[in-house]
This record gives sequence, C-alpha cells and structure tokens, in this order.
Amino acid sequence: MLAGIVNYLYQFFDSFTFLILSVSGLAIIFGMMGIINLAHGEFIMLGAYAFTILAKASVPLFLASVLGAIFVGLFGYLVDKLVISRLYGRPLDSVVATWGISLLLRQGILIILGPSLPGLTTPLGTFSIGGSTYSVYRMMLTIIAILILMGVYILFHHTQFGLHSRATMQEHTIAQALGINTKRMYSITFMLGSALAGLCGALYAPTMTITPTMGQAFQNDSFVTVIVGGSDPLIGMALSGGVLGIVQSALSLMFGTFYGKMGLLVVAIIVIRVLPNGFSGLAEKYLVNRRR
Amino acid sequence: MSHKVKNTVTTENICALLVFAYLIIYPAFHSAYATLNMANFLITVILALSLALIWGYTGIFSYAQAAFYGIGGYTYAIFCKNFTDPSLTPIFLLGGVIVGFFVALILGYFMFYGGVNDVYVALVTMCFTLVLETFLAQTAGPEWHIGSAQLGGYNGINAVTPLTVGGFPIKNLALYIFALVCMTVIYLTMRILEKRNLGYCLLSIRENRQRSEMFGYNISFIQMMVFAVSGAIAGLAGVLYTSWGGYIVPSAVGMTQATTPVVLVAAGGRKNPTAVIIFTLIYLAISQKLAASGSQYSLLILGLILLLVVLFVPKGIIHSLFEIIDRRIIRIGRNTDIRIGGGSE
Repeated sequence: MLAGIVNYLYQFFDSFTFLILSVSGLAIIFGMMGIINLAHGEFIMLGAYAFTILAKASVPLFLASVLGAIFVGLFGYLVDKLVISRLYGRPLDSVVATWGISLLLRQGILIILGPSLPGLTTPLGTFSIGGSTYSVYRMMLTIIAILILMGVYILFHHTQFGLHSRATMQEHTIAQALGINTKRMYSITFMLGSALAGLCGALYAPTMTITPTMGQAFQNDSFVTVIVGGSDPLIGMALSGGVLGIVQSALSLMFGTFYGKMGLLVVAIIVIRVLPNGFSGLAEKYLVNRRR
Repeated sequence: MSHKVKNTVTTENICALLVFAYLIIYPAFHSAYATLNMANFLITVILALSLALIWGYTGIFSYAQAAFYGIGGYTYAIFCKNFTDPSLTPIFLLGGVIVGFFVALILGYFMFYGGVNDVYVALVTMCFTLVLETFLAQTAGPEWHIGSAQLGGYNGINAVTPLTVGGFPIKNLALYIFALVCMTVIYLTMRILEKRNLGYCLLSIRENRQRSEMFGYNISFIQMMVFAVSGAIAGLAGVLYTSWGGYIVPSAVGMTQATTPVVLVAAGGRKNPTAVIIFTLIYLAISQKLAASGSQYSLLILGLILLLVVLFVPKGIIHSLFEIIDRRIIRIGRNTDIRIGGGSE
C-alpha cells in the first residue's frame, strides 16, 4: 500500500516536473508577448546539445547546465533581434516564422552534428522503497522545478522588471505612454524564455537520447500545458502543471504512457471548451470576486 | 470594353487560364509515369486549397489539415479492407470525405464555441495532429484493428483497392483526370465564393471577428462550418492519395506533412487560390528535383522559404507578383474594386 502511494507520488512529481520545466520558457513568452514559439522544442534541444558537449569536455554538470541555459538565452536574443522583433503584433505570422526556425534548427543540427550524440548516464544514482527503484536525479529536478516557479514569482511580483513586464502584458500602449520601453521588455522576455527552455534541455539531457528531433517530446506537452494554463505565466503554469500532472500520472500508471498522453489532450480540449482563458482566467475571476 | 470585362482581365485570371490549359494538355505530351506523378501533385494542390479556404479566406490558422487528410485516407483504406467489392469504392470515397467533415466539425465545435481563436487554434490543431500521429504509429499490434483492417503501426495499411467506378478502375490517366476535375471544382467554387455574400462574410470574419459579430453573423457557427468543409476537402485529398498509392501510413499525418500545406499556402499567397495552385506546382516540381539530388537540404530550404516569406513578402510570393504586374501593366484606367484577395493585413 505504502509502496503504491510512494510510486504514485513519484510518478506525479515526475510528470509535474516535466510539464513545469518544459513549459516555463514557452509560458513566459506567450504570456508576455502573445507569441507561440513553435521553435520551443528546438530551443530545448539546443540546450541539451550545449550541455552534453560541455559535459563531455568535463565541465562540472552544474556549470554545464547553467552555461547551456545562457547559450540558448543568447541564441534567443539573436532570434528576437533578427526575426521576432519584426513580427510584434502579428502573432499568426510569428507562428509561421518560428516554425521555419524550428525546421532550420532541426535539420541544421542533423547536418552538422549527425543523427545523435552519445548521451550521459543519469547522475546521482537511485534509491529503492518497497521493491521499486527511484532516481535521485529526477527527485532533484522536482526541487529545481519548484525553485523555478518561485523564481518566476519573485521576478514578476517583487522586482521593478516584474512590475514593468506586468504592465506591458496588461496594456502595452499605456505602459509605453508611461515610459516603459516595451520593445526592450519583449526582447528581455524572449531571451529569458529561451534561457529557461535551454535550462530544461540541459536538465533533461542526461536522462534522454540526444537527437535533433528530441524537442518534439517536450513540444506537445508544453503546448497542452500552455493552452490549459492560459495567459498568466505563473498561476497558469503552476495550476495546469498540477492538474495535468495528476491526470497524466494516474492514466500512465493505470493504462500506460500512451493513454497518459491522450488524457492530456482530452483534458486540454475540455478545459478550453469550459474555460476559454484556461486556469489563469478562472483564478482571475476568483480574485476579482473576492475583492468585491 | 465594359467595366465587367475589364475587371476580369487580371494577371491572376490570365495565369489561372494558362495553368489550367497546361494541366489539360499535360498528359498528351508526357509519359504515363509523369502524368501519374502530376496526379499526386494535384492531390497536394487540393490539400493546399483546403487550407487556403480556412486560413486565407476565414483567417483560421489550422495545422490539422494533414490530420484530416490522414483521417480521410485511413477511413477509405479501412472500408476497402472490410468490404472487398471494388464497385463499392465510390461510396468509400464519400465515407472518407464525410468522416473528415464530421471530425473537423466536432473539433471545430469545441474550439469555436469555446471561444478559441487565433494562436490557440494553431496550438489545438497542432496537438490534435501530433496525438493522431502518435496514436497511429503505435497501432502495430494485432489488437489494433477495425473490422478486418489491421492499422499496422508505422507500416500503415497497404495494398488498398484503387477507386473503381462501374468496373473501371480509376488509375493512371483516369486518376489524373479525376483529380484535375476535383481540383477545378474546388477552385472554381472558391473563386465564385469570392463574389458572393457568403464569401464576403468569411472575409469579414477574417478581417474583424468582433465587428462581424456585431453585424449579426453567428461567427462561431460559420467558423465551425468552414472548418468542417475544409476538413472534408482535406479528407478528399487523403482518399485520392490512398487510392493513388494504394497505401496510407502514419507519416502522411505527421508534422512534416502537416507543415507542407502551411508553407505552400503562406509562400504562394494565402488569400489567393490561384497563387496557391501555381506555387504548389512549382514547389513540388523543385522539391522533387532536390530530393533526387540529396534530400537533407530540402527541409532547410523549406524553413528558409518560410522565414524569408514571412519577413519580406507577407502576402506571398505569387500573390505579390500578381499585384505588381496588375499595377504596372493591366490596371491602367481600371477602377479599383473590392476583391477578396485585396484586403490589407
């Protein structure tokens, strides 16, 4: 019984972590700029490549993942300057453009670095409870995911940057009129989102095979989480990560991974029908009612 | 010359006539193999037109056209495996189209009545496509069957009976003619729609949803129906493809396949079906040449085309060309008229 509960909790935290880490970059960019970055999965893939190459060159793992995130962040800055900044206010065109970028990255990496990199072994070993073994590294990822959620909270609610960015998010023309450089806010947001995507790739790199198409594994789940979460990067991310994590882990345990994935989509479609603005719309409504 | 005649003489119409004339005489001057190859191109044109209808006319960006294409194809293949009588295939063709229609209708109901629009539609349709591909790819085991049709995982369904009408199998030249007729009917319907109230209604939804709603249009219903019709057209393309090749595989539903119509429509000119047809034919011919000489760069070129088009010619290459030629040569002295292809961003 206890072993069953522990097993379920582990599964839940595992999916929760996966969803939070893979969605954080996408959710911040989407919440701030209304842009869906279809190259998100490829940014994650870049992070994983950077991490693996650095780790192979015997850079300490912690440093390698930070450097991977920074590398992808800088790459995101470049992409923003060259492409995205020309498409502000044209969300559908930016969907097409980022899809083009994702094709270029995927095929470019395939041509330059070949079909796969030999991966690393998962660090930190395992422990076992009641006959099942659990990975310490994956538990550590859960802690990192919670730290990222807290970091996003502090960044958006307790810093001047956060204040400016929330103002830009709500009403960018008025924010602009009050002297906030909204273009710069967008650039910084895109860079930050890319860096988080890179971090996600770096953190998951030791647990996966490194291939140019590995981003696809993250892409679907992160999109579903953004849809369900809605536009508020923090509340939406945390709530939808939690709910989808419960659904996915329960279905995966009972029927297998495939049904977990299908369950995600079904939940997403139902949530959209019932709550068009996702969980952040629901939370907003609740907060407004309470204030009255 | 009267105004009406003058208004019909545009670069677009002249090019459309030339293209159709070329397509009609094409089989007379080319081998059976080239004709069959061209039939496949025409099927892709139908798929691209289905996206032009939903994206170019109505402003709904859908990644699910390939999914409906696959659904049409799989439906046809499953029917064929269950009922071996080839004289029933025209009914199966209808079946594929109808299933495509209803799947799109249901998906559209959830999206448009749920108030989902713009970027979210892109996301939902993309997830739909991804899940369908994942689902079909894992159906390798013998427990995955519908009637006596094995879904077959990555290998898909093979040796599907080709379309047969009255004991006469629609193959080679007949298939080419059939695909050409289907494409022409869809194209002409779209062009006629441009000048009708329904077309203006779609256009107004594209330009401003809220304002159209204020004018009393039930935009959720219209969006859902257009989405369903475009699903049916994509389903038709899928059926024709399955009949053309005799097989359907999960990668026909996959992301690469899902992107192809987006690239074709975006780069050709999404608001202009003629531009879509011309660009599709040119693109397919070039990409086939490229694939023959080493395919790893074809995806790179595809991505680059998308990026450059969005950045520099957001209206689409062929559409912009039409406009330039119109302005330079033909339009002198012609009064401007509101056309469906004209509207600004």
